[in-house]
Parts: sequence; C-alpha cells; structure tokens
Amino acid sequence: MGKLIVSLSPHAHGTDSVEKNMFGVVIALIPAILVSFFYFGLGSVVVLLSSVAFCMFFEWAITKYMLKREPTLTDGSAIVTGLLLGMNLPSNLPVWIIIIGALVAIGVGKMTFGGLGNNPFNPALVGRCVLLVSFPAQMTSWPMAGQLTSYLDAQTGATPLAIMKQAIKSGDVSILDKLPSATQLLLGSNPTLGLGTIGEVCALALLLGLAFLLWKKIITWHIPVSIIATVLVFSGLLHLVNPIYANPLSEILSGGLMLGAIFMATDYVTSPMTHKGQLIYGIAIGFLTVVIRNWGSYPEGMSFAILIMNAFTPIINLSTKPKRFGEVMKK
Amino acid sequence: MKLHTFKIGGIHPEENKITAEVKTRNAALPKVAIFPLGQHIGAPAKPVVKRGDVVKVGTLIAEAGGFVSAPIYSSVSGTVAKIDTRIDATGYRKPVIIINVEGDEWEDSIDRSEKLESLAEHPELTPENISDIIKKSGITGMGGAGFPTFIKLCPPPTAKAECVIINGVECEPYITSDYRLMMEHAEEVIVGLQLLMKAAKVERGYIGIEENKPEAIKLLTQLTADDSRIEIVALAQKYPQGGEKQLVDAVINRQVPAPPAIPVNVGAIVQNVGTAYAVYQMVMKHKPLFERYTTVTGKKLKNPGNYLVRMGTTFAELIHACGGMPEGDNKVLAGGPMMGKSVMSLDVPVTKGTNSITILSGDEAHRKSVQPCIRCGKCVDVCPMGLEPYLLATLSANKLYERLEKEDVTSCMSCGSCQFTCPSHRPILDNILQGKGVVMGMIKARNVKK
Ligand code: SF4
Ligand code: SF4
Repeated sequence: MGKLIVSLSPHAHGTDSVEKNMFGVVIALIPAILVSFFYFGLGSVVVLLSSVAFCMFFEWAITKYMLKREPTLTDGSAIVTGLLLGMNLPSNLPVWIIIIGALVAIGVGKMTFGGLGNNPFNPALVGRCVLLVSFPAQMTSWPMAGQLTSYLDAQTGATPLAIMKQAIKSGDVSILDKLPSATQLLLGSNPTLGLGTIGEVCALALLLGLAFLLWKKIITWHIPVSIIATVLVFSGLLHLVNPIYANPLSEILSGGLMLGAIFMATDYVTSPMTHKGQLIYGIAIGFLTVVIRNWGSYPEGMSFAILIMNAFTPIINLSTKPKRFGEVMKK
Repeated sequence: MKLHTFKIGGIHPEENKITAEVKTRNAALPKVAIFPLGQHIGAPAKPVVKRGDVVKVGTLIAEAGGFVSAPIYSSVSGTVAKIDTRIDATGYRKPVIIINVEGDEWEDSIDRSEKLESLAEHPELTPENISDIIKKSGITGMGGAGFPTFIKLCPPPTAKAECVIINGVECEPYITSDYRLMMEHAEEVIVGLQLLMKAAKVERGYIGIEENKPEAIKLLTQLTADDSRIEIVALAQKYPQGGEKQLVDAVINRQVPAPPAIPVNVGAIVQNVGTAYAVYQMVMKHKPLFERYTTVTGKKLKNPGNYLVRMGTTFAELIHACGGMPEGDNKVLAGGPMMGKSVMSLDVPVTKGTNSITILSGDEAHRKSVQPCIRCGKCVDVCPMGLEPYLLATLSANKLYERLEKEDVTSCMSCGSCQFTCPSHRPILDNILQGKGVVMGMIKARNVKK
C-alpha cells in the first residue's frame, strides 16, 4: 500500500488557473489581431511580435538575473502584457521605441512592485503612457488604412478622436462631419482617416472578444458595461447640450474605448475585487475618459483614466465590502 | 420552474456521485468496535461500563457528559476490552471504549420488525415526551458537525421555532448516503420529520433536495401528498447548499444573521435526513443511534457502495469490503472532498458523523503549485458568507489578528469554496483556519476576563 496523504480541506479544486485566464485573454484578442493585420499589414505584425517578444524577454531576464527567482514565463502574463502594449501602439512605431516600452511595462510597471499580482498599475498602460509623454510625435502619428506592405513610411492622418478635439477647440460643428459613421467605426472601415492604435481599429472585433471573455467567465460584465454606459450617457448629455461634442456612439466606438473597457480596465490585478467596487471603478473611468478627451490636452483619455483609477483601486476595495451573509436583506 | 437556492456565492464542484444507484448493503460486523467518547460538539460522554462488562447491541455504554453532550450506545454485542485513547478521524488522540465483538445479541427492548409505525397510531407521544426520548437516544446532527439534536428542539427563550427543515441536499461531491436513505426509507424519514415537528411544536415542515436527485424529489413529494404541512422543496444544485444558513435561505428565504444567531432565530430548525431517520428509529422502534448510512467511495475503488454500518467499525474494514485500498498513494477522507478530513490512519472508527469515506487517488489529492494572488476577486464572488477570502488569508498570513476579527473571520464556515475556485491555487482556507483559530482564542480570553 502506498502512503496516506494528509492535508486540510478542501480536497478538490476547480479547473480554473492563471494560465487559463491569461490564454483566454489572448484568444479573446485574436479577432482584433486578425483585423489589425488586415488594416495595418506588416506594421501590425512587426509591432505586436516585437512587443510580445521583448516583454517576455525582459520578464525572463529580470526574474532570472535581477530578482534571482525562477522565471515565470509560463503563467502567460508577460504575453498578455506584450500583446496589450502592442495593441496600444501605432503600427508604424520604430522597434527601438517598442523595446523601451516593453522595458518600462515589465521592468517598471510590473517587476519593481514584486511581479505578478503586486503591481498597482496596469503594466501595458504604464508602458504606453510613458511612451506617449516621451515620444509624443512618434506615438501620435497614425497610419491610414490599406498599408499592407509599408511599415515605416506609411501615410498618416488624424484619428476620429483628434477630429472631435479639433471641433471642440475651434467651436466649429461642421468639422465633425468628417467623422466616420457609427457602422464604419464598428467595422473599422474609415479609409480617409488615420486608424489609431493597432487594437482600436475595429470595435466589433473587440466586442467579439468581450463575448468570449464573458462566456468563459474570465471577466464579468461589471467593468466594461459600466465604462461604456457611462461614456454613452455622459457624452450623450454633452452632445444634447451642445452639438460641438460628438455624438455618443462615435465616442464609444472610437479611440480605443472598447479596447480599454474590455481588455485594459478589466485587468484583475489592478481593478477592484467586488462587483460593487467594479461598478464604481467603471463609472469613474468612463467619466474621466470623457473629461480628458474633451478638455484635456491629449485627445485620448482612456489610458490615463484607467491609470488614474488604478491608483484608487485599493481605496475602492476598502470601501466596498461585499454584503455579509445575513445582511443581504437589510439593504 | 424556478428552483430555489441561496443568494450569495457558491460553486459547482464535479458531482462524482458514482454510488448513487448502488443499493445499501449491511456492512459486516467488526471484530472489535471502537467508540470515541467525543463524537459530538460539547463535553465528551462519560463511560458507564468498565473493562470486562458484557454488553448487547443497544446497551448504553457512555452517558452525556454535560448539557451539550450525547450518550453513546453499543452497536455490537461482546465484552468491553478496555477504555483507552485512540486517534480518531480528526487526527487527535481521544478517549475511547473498545469492545471485543462476540455474536450479535440485541437488547430486547428494540423492535426489529420492518412494520412502519405512523404518528397517528401513537397519540401517547407528547412533544416533551419525544424530546426526552431523542435526548436519551444519543442522536446528533449526522452531517458532520455533530450538534446534539435535542438541544435544537428547545430553542432559547428569545427565539420561536416555526418550521423544521430537513436537509436532504447532500451537496458534497461523491456522497450518496442521504440519497440512498431517502430512496430506501422515505416513509420513515417522513415520520421522523413529523416527530420532529411535533417535538418542536411547529406546523410547517420542509425537505430540501437538490435537483440532481429527481427520483428522491418525486418519491417524497408523492409520500407527503396527504400531509399539507410538509413541502418538498426542489433546490438548484449549488455547493454549499447543505450549510445550515444556506439551506434556510434557500428553503424559506430568510437569512440567519452573524453568530451568535442560529437558524432558530429566524424560526427554522434544521435537521439532517439521517437524523430524521434516527429519530423515527428511536421513538418508534426504541432503537438508539448506533448504526448509520455511510458511503464508501472513490474513483479507483473496486466496489464503491453504500453501507449500513455499525458505529465503531474501522475505515480499514469497510475499505476492505470494497475491494481494498487502490494502488499507490491515496487520501482517505472522513466525509467528502470539500469539507471532509483526511485521516492519518485507517484504524479510525465510523462515528455518528461519518457520512462517507471518500478515497482520492494521489493525483487527485495532490495540490497544484501555488502562484501569486492575481487579485481576480473570484474567491470573493463565491464566498457564501459574503467574506473576502483573499483578504482574510493575507491578514492571517501576516498575523494581523485584530484586523482579521474586524473582517468577520469567525463567520467563515470552512466550506472551501474560495480555495476551490482560486485560479492561483492558493491555500486560502488553510491560512484562514489558522487565523480563525487565533481569533477564536482571543475572543474566548476576552469573554473569560469579563
Ligand atoms: S471557506 Fe470561508 S472564506 Fe472561504 S468561501 Fe467558505 S465561508 Fe468563505
Ligand atoms: S481567487 Fe485566488 S487569485 Fe483570485 S483574488 Fe482570490 S486568492 Fe487571489
């Protein structure tokens, strides 16, 4: 007879794992990745591949040589960070800038805090925002559609968000006529404009990803829905008051809002634990996004809004306890 | 149809009810029977026999050792070999009475006929009467915790019982002993419920059963059709619905507040199926509690099954009857995989609370490697008590016991849902239990000072 194994209960475990969640996110990103190949061609391949490769490299090198720990590449989190960083970059970004982005994302965003699970800010967004303030020119030149073969010498143009901003600044409503229609934004076919970051080009592909994440129970609806709904309502009100503010559908379908709401804000580590907290967090992100987009100095608001709310996550966790059993009735 | 269930948290572990359709067999008489004196919450029982005494099946061998305590009856006939200490299923050494088995002679007072007695035939049974008999019977809750049954029937003056809820949920994976009991002795279980209702002076009775036991739901619904006071409640399948508070929530939609509140504070008295059956046996057949339905199960076990077991029989004998221990390393549980205790030795005996012996093979039993908490909140989501398991575990690990108490660690019912669900396979419950132990100690010390 073999040994008797003794341990505390429970003696059964579900099938969930960190890897499953991480690779679930990767799978959910596939539609958006494929669409990006279609619109950006080689540029998208170069940016995504180098971002993933360097994030993995830095994760491996830092854990092994600086922290002297077992490298933790297999949990899939470096791949996710790499992909998400890549999705947040323009498709014509030079590789040396991407390397800096990956180093900042993994090295500063993740490892200085102790690695997976301990970072207060979303590493991919830390990478992106540092690049955005360090290399504003390169980070805001947006290639236009149909650039299948060109990478560095792509033709660039303004994004829908830049147009919205321009309209507000100049007070000229007619500028908004240049905006693509909602259907175009949904599908990503706005050939006259710059397409923005790799991941924000097609809202529909991102929504497919959302469906997958919800289906596999990797995330719940609370964060994406509260962000999207808040932006819809808030920008809708602004639009009603003054048509200089773009219509709410364009707001939610452009500028990486879906990418942020579905893939960035829902990052487990940096978002609140309870559903109540997640709703507060989502509403705040939606609100801040609209504020920054309309009145801030960057046309993009999503990334900054998420980073700002990341900082509030611990406080939200403290103030949104789940209802204890027995308190359920006394609301 | 919308099935009832409890409101917060819960998980769906793999069912593995491999013995559900295996008819209950009588387990062989043991050669030696071991009776731990502490088989229930509260003071251990006090032996009333000594070495060399001859006992029959049903002879009182230990009396209640205090108010919260229960007597113990012999399940075998033979000679008391010694009063000693032995390791029981909890892993601690406890006082026991050991009886060498000789023949199978029963106390004459026990009615061994199969005839079904109904409450209508026994007008002489008053509520006080029934409570008294139950107190003498040694019946305790038979799902594991082992709370003496009669105490639940006399609620504190501040609370008033309104209904009796029979727990036929059996939400733990693998275990099927309650299900078999409901299928094979449904009538007795119902009379047991009626007796409990009479003893508690209530006019409402419920039997809560999960939807994965449709046959039991059907059978009991038919059999209770003529008693309008009793309702069979079909429940959605969700662990830990068998937890008292969850069951009360699911069946009558009332939430028991935090301790020290107990179900009767919201009007409910919860009893197990096995308890109802034992009550029938004692009140109607004068048969005290000395045997019970136990499932012996495991994926690798040759002949898993359900057994009517004389208490005091060792796990080893029952496992032997099922074809012996599977090859290799195994984990043997007293109970199911969610809340069962893994035993250190197969010589531990079946007691009043042993609803199952579950054998997990080494690869099922080994824990997966632990990863950092990714703060996914899934443990918070599934906690049926509305706690924050990740936080409790961290506070415990960092020995921040005052905070831990503020975060209601004492409400943790050890259901293990948090640890089951954690994608990082963190030992959440291990940590919580350690911290809870310290906090309970702190509270006790404070109360003593007062
Ligand atoms: S074991 Fe305790 S903390 Fe974990 S889910 Fe159950 S009640 Fe909640
Ligand atoms: S389920 Fe595990 S990983 Fe997720 S928050 Fe709880 S402890 Fe952390």
